[in-house]
Amino acid sequence: MKGWDKFFALASGLCVLIIFAFLFWIIFIIARNGAGTISWEFFTAAPVEGMTEGGIFPAIYGTVFLVLVMTVFLMPFGVMAGIYLAEYAPQNSRLTQAIRLAVNNLAGVPSIVFGLFGVGFFIQYAGRGLDRTLGLETVFSQPCLLWAAATLAILNLPVVIKTSEEAIKAVPLEHREAAFALGATKLKMIVRVVLPQAFSGILTGAILSVSRGAGEVAPILFTGAAYYLPYIPKLPTDQFMELGYHIFVLSTQSPDVDKTQPLLYGTILVLLLLTLALNTFAIGLRVRMRRKYGR
Amino acid sequence: MEDKGINPWVSTEYSQPEYVRMIENIHALNENLIVRVEDFSLFYGDKPALKRINLSIKKNRVTAIIGPSGCGKSTLLRAFNRMNDLIPNVRIEGRILIDGEDICKKDTDLVALRRKVGMVFQKPNPFPMSIYENVAFGLKIAGEKDRARLDQLVEKSLRQAALWDEAGDILDRSALTLSGGQQQRLCLARALVIEPEIILMDEPASALDPISTAKLEALIYSLKKDYTIVIVTHNMQQAARVADYTAFLLLGELVEYDETRKIFTNPTDKRTEDYITGRFG
Ligand SMILES: Nc1ncnc2c1ncn2[C@@H]1O[C@H](COP(=O)(O)OP(=O)(O)OP(=O)(O)O)[C@@H](O)[C@H]1O
Ligand SMILES: [Mg+2]
Repeated sequence: MKGWDKFFALASGLCVLIIFAFLFWIIFIIARNGAGTISWEFFTAAPVEGMTEGGIFPAIYGTVFLVLVMTVFLMPFGVMAGIYLAEYAPQNSRLTQAIRLAVNNLAGVPSIVFGLFGVGFFIQYAGRGLDRTLGLETVFSQPCLLWAAATLAILNLPVVIKTSEEAIKAVPLEHREAAFALGATKLKMIVRVVLPQAFSGILTGAILSVSRGAGEVAPILFTGAAYYLPYIPKLPTDQFMELGYHIFVLSTQSPDVDKTQPLLYGTILVLLLLTLALNTFAIGLRVRMRRKYGR
Repeated sequence: MEDKGINPWVSTEYSQPEYVRMIENIHALNENLIVRVEDFSLFYGDKPALKRINLSIKKNRVTAIIGPSGCGKSTLLRAFNRMNDLIPNVRIEGRILIDGEDICKKDTDLVALRRKVGMVFQKPNPFPMSIYENVAFGLKIAGEKDRARLDQLVEKSLRQAALWDEAGDILDRSALTLSGGQQQRLCLARALVIEPEIILMDEPASALDPISTAKLEALIYSLKKDYTIVIVTHNMQQAARVADYTAFLLLGELVEYDETRKIFTNPTDKRTEDYITGRFG
């Protein structure tokens, strides 16, 4: 028995080691090959010469814009759904179970399917409808940032719903009871007691989605991301360049693979740092919230 | 007493049950009874937790509810501010009158009821906010925005709860940094700030050390000139120390209810005697 114990401890430790080795290997290669590319110009210039030179500013800008619009779509719906499931839905009822199952299944749908759904639903159905009603030519019925953001939002809904629901449910019953006993209505109890305490949990969901949204390519492929744009998008109805897609383009569509490679690594490094910064920011906020609430 | 300017005996505008209620109200006022429990039963699903309870609670007195674990003390206490509504599948029979008003009706205004009947829980449960925000909570949810008035009422309640000396100059600190006893007094201040008539306390000292307990008991004693207090306790000495009246519950039934002195020195029911002499429970 003792031998097996030792073996198991070693084996599980080894697995962790292997995973870490992979992670560091990836980061090391990217940092080594990409660090040389990073410069002021790389951040501020647009790609030139068939994307074999220049910078990635439009892609950074597009990514940030995309993720912001996505958050605007995502958070109200996701948090409201989380509130409903945690606070209002009759727990243990068949319908609620079915809704939870649907949310879980939504999380399992491959992202390319969301991309196609975005084309069908947002561009061809909602977009066309909007254009027709507003008497416009082709504004909404084409791939654009708005629909890409909406598609990404749907992709990320399950995460936000689930993290919100869990964060809300984690608020102790004693605090709810205390609020009710002081004459709070359910709405006031939720707004003043539950949401402030659930905030850091909800925020985690939001940031997880943002850092995931910044890297997902499949959902935006047909719904708004551009291969190359000579201008910076101004309106949500414009197309946009995006870091993840730009990486795909650089690595597969370049006319001169060798010349593009430093750019490619540089772009990957930027995307990596962006997500890392976002996650660090989220963790920092969470720690601050926790401290504020003394937990 | 709501006076409609009509003599109920001669008016034809009142139905029979309404006469009865009005007469009862008059009695209630005369006897200074603030709560009347009438044939009140409560079921969790099919399981009865309270069986046809009848008792009246006097204004400006401390009433203790004692009895072995699981006999329904908390359930009865929580019936007074309808906290049992939060539990699914609870069914009640009978009624509870507070200030002559049946609070068990479907259309009872729970917000108003709970502002009139405050509660302090077994485990101190301050919100994870500052001390000030905790006390001000009840006022803020009622829409009070005037900063000066908030400040004044917060201070008043903290003084009433004997916490001002300790917490008066750390109002911005998280309430969770206070000791257990201080937290419980904070919860009391939080309940007092909306000026309820009745304060329900469910074993408020069970998580406290002897010194904090003594402080809380002294506080309860001093509060009864302004409030009516109903306290659930496991601790019979505590009931004997703080309560004017004591109700003994057993298996969901009210076995005996009388002046505390009488209950502890000369109980009528054999079961009460057995319980207070420690023969069971
Ligand atoms: N939420 C609930 N669902 C079902 N049964 C419950 C619930 N709460 C209490 N009961 C049952 O009702 C009875 C009375 O419970 P109650 O909590 O009022 O007892 P108590 O006298 O306060 O006990 P204690 O001294 O342990 O706090 C118990 O038998 C208990 O099991
Ligand atoms: Mg209890």
